[in-house]
Amino acid sequence: MSKEKSAKFDSTRRSVLKSLGVVTGAGAAAQLAPGVLRYAHGSAEPIKIGMQLHRTGIGASYGRWYERVTMAAVKIINDEGGINGRPVEVIIEDDGTDPKRGAEVVEKFATLHKVDIAYGTLFSHVVIGSSPRAGELKLPYFVVSEGHHVASGRLNRYVFQPGITDVKSQVISMAPWISDNLGKKVTMIFPDFAFGHDHRDYFSAAIKKQGGEVLELIPIPPTESSFTRYFPRIPAATEVLYHVMVGPGVLTFVKELGQHFGSNRPEIFGFIDSLEAVDLATPQLEFLEGTYFWEGNPRYAQPNQTEYDKFYREKVGVDDNGASLSDAKDTSTYAHMFGCWETLFIIKQAMELSGYQGRTAADKQGLIEAMESLSTFEEGRDHPQGKKIFNGKIHQSFGHQYISRVQGGRLNVTHTTSIEDGLYEPEADYTRMPL
Amino acid sequence: MDFGPYLFLASLEGLVQAAVLSLTALGLSLVFGVMRVVNVGHGEFYMLGAVLAWWITSLISIHPAAGFLIALVLSPVLVGVVAYAADRLILSRLDYNPEATIVATIGMLYVLQQLALIYFGPDARPVEAPFYFRVQFPWFGYSGYKLIVVVAATGLLLASWFVIARTRVGLIMRATQFDGEMARALGIPVRRVYSLVFVVGAMFAAVAAVLIVPIRQAHYLMGLDPLLLSFIVVIIGGLGSIRGTIVAATIIGMSDGIISVFFSPTLAKMVSTFLVALVLIVRPEGLFGAKIR
Repeated sequence: MSKEKSAKFDSTRRSVLKSLGVVTGAGAAAQLAPGVLRYAHGSAEPIKIGMQLHRTGIGASYGRWYERVTMAAVKIINDEGGINGRPVEVIIEDDGTDPKRGAEVVEKFATLHKVDIAYGTLFSHVVIGSSPRAGELKLPYFVVSEGHHVASGRLNRYVFQPGITDVKSQVISMAPWISDNLGKKVTMIFPDFAFGHDHRDYFSAAIKKQGGEVLELIPIPPTESSFTRYFPRIPAATEVLYHVMVGPGVLTFVKELGQHFGSNRPEIFGFIDSLEAVDLATPQLEFLEGTYFWEGNPRYAQPNQTEYDKFYREKVGVDDNGASLSDAKDTSTYAHMFGCWETLFIIKQAMELSGYQGRTAADKQGLIEAMESLSTFEEGRDHPQGKKIFNGKIHQSFGHQYISRVQGGRLNVTHTTSIEDGLYEPEADYTRMPL
Repeated sequence: MDFGPYLFLASLEGLVQAAVLSLTALGLSLVFGVMRVVNVGHGEFYMLGAVLAWWITSLISIHPAAGFLIALVLSPVLVGVVAYAADRLILSRLDYNPEATIVATIGMLYVLQQLALIYFGPDARPVEAPFYFRVQFPWFGYSGYKLIVVVAATGLLLASWFVIARTRVGLIMRATQFDGEMARALGIPVRRVYSLVFVVGAMFAAVAAVLIVPIRQAHYLMGLDPLLLSFIVVIIGGLGSIRGTIVAATIIGMSDGIISVFFSPTLAKMVSTFLVALVLIVRPEGLFGAKIR
């Protein structure tokens, strides 16, 4: 009896192992198949873009939209013949919005998927965690992050941020407007990691330059889920409350802010990050009426909407209120995701400029030098957010910022900064680093 | 803000925290007390409660209050069904062996969390509060719903105390906890009591989650914090002691609220962890726990 039983168990284990083997083999074959098929059809080998995506973790709502925008832009690029006659293929790996996994994903891109470039990261701690590995692997790495870490020179020559402006530029361009229109005594609420620290450091400095002062700094851990307990630290003398929040708790944050203040509130200036992917018409957000937001790109279609914004909106599947065309409750991360679109077209431009052919050291060097030689991106279909000036020394773009006011439950742009408002002295020069 | 109102706000926040924590930790404590099972997956029952509440309220588009009340009943029931299945299919087959069940519940934690990720998605989802009013104190405003959460949780705790201390079901549960073998010898269906306790324990977590979800939103990773805090509470209060659980939840909830407001949330976590270490050294059975026989 027992013998029979153990024999049965053995055979089960063996068959399990066997079927496991079959599955693994099939998986490997499936991975190989597309490439093999392409060769068979005689078309060019694709340019592989490894997209480091926040599909899960605290950046998931951004990730969902970064993916949609990327796919829409890549479709246009491929429909128009690809890059240097080769189609573009996007390979997605989820980093869980986690810096440690971010570095592993970069490694996987370089060694397993053998991609041409890595791209698409938003959260600054993931960028900072992944960049050193990208540099060591000599893998060009294009981020869409807003953090000042690229421009600060603390990363390496392989990391670029051409499609979106950085926090330092954003806050110095808006500080004069805030101090002139809202007040000079500011209290700041920000997430307690690299991105929030950029806000803390550069906005504090910028408002001081305008003759203002920061009364209190209130850092909040990015995984926090309850915020009321932080609000008593807002001094009564505060004229402007400056808030920027990220993660799954953003809606709770603004709701609790409303409960705390009611109608008796100071002026409020927020980064739209505090409300990205959240519908402005959500109950209890009425108190935001009359407050101001920074927007990287206006969520609601404005009266002076350009044809480029119209085209872009349609292609990424977003309606005039910034929500998904297929689900009005699915609000986009409109203020950030244009960066993916623009970055992809910049990559195409640089690859065509350098005559990029494949994953050789010379081709990669050529791509990086071509990137560093770029200086202006004119507003157009490829750059629907507006014109940008690119500084090749610090691998960073500079552009317009939008200040919008909540009026009648929508965001209306009331002020647009000039590109010059956001320029600052470069703090580094990546072009001097060896390749 | 002046010291008085500041302390008042901190205490309110602490009370809300304590109320929800008491319910969650009570579930964990019951399961350990009666079954001697350390349920590491307890936080996922909490998460499941919140996620199901979102799902139920998004399915039925009637008045938010009605939707919420339905969720308040239905979500814990569904979580109870999941817990029952887990008990029958996993825990009972391991004979409630203390070591094996720890490993099994760790597995359950990941399975439930990843299933939620697959079917519910990675986003935080809001559930509308059944009603919304703002209580305006002279110094600050406060969510009226949060105060109701405290009242509701207190009511539930009183009800469960009554059931455990004053009814026949409670007597059977206490008998099983006191001495399982003797209870069996006296004809108590111990296995069925175990199933019941595991289901009720999970439902406590689910109720706590449904109450909190209009404040905090549903998210697939939300189970971790309540799990850690529940363990802290149960260790300080004494595993299996209901009175200890409630006292410890109040201490931890209030100190967490007050220290978070006056100093920083990180310090609050450090203090509660320090308390755990202190209790484990000085009084390993917990404040109200019985000495191990």
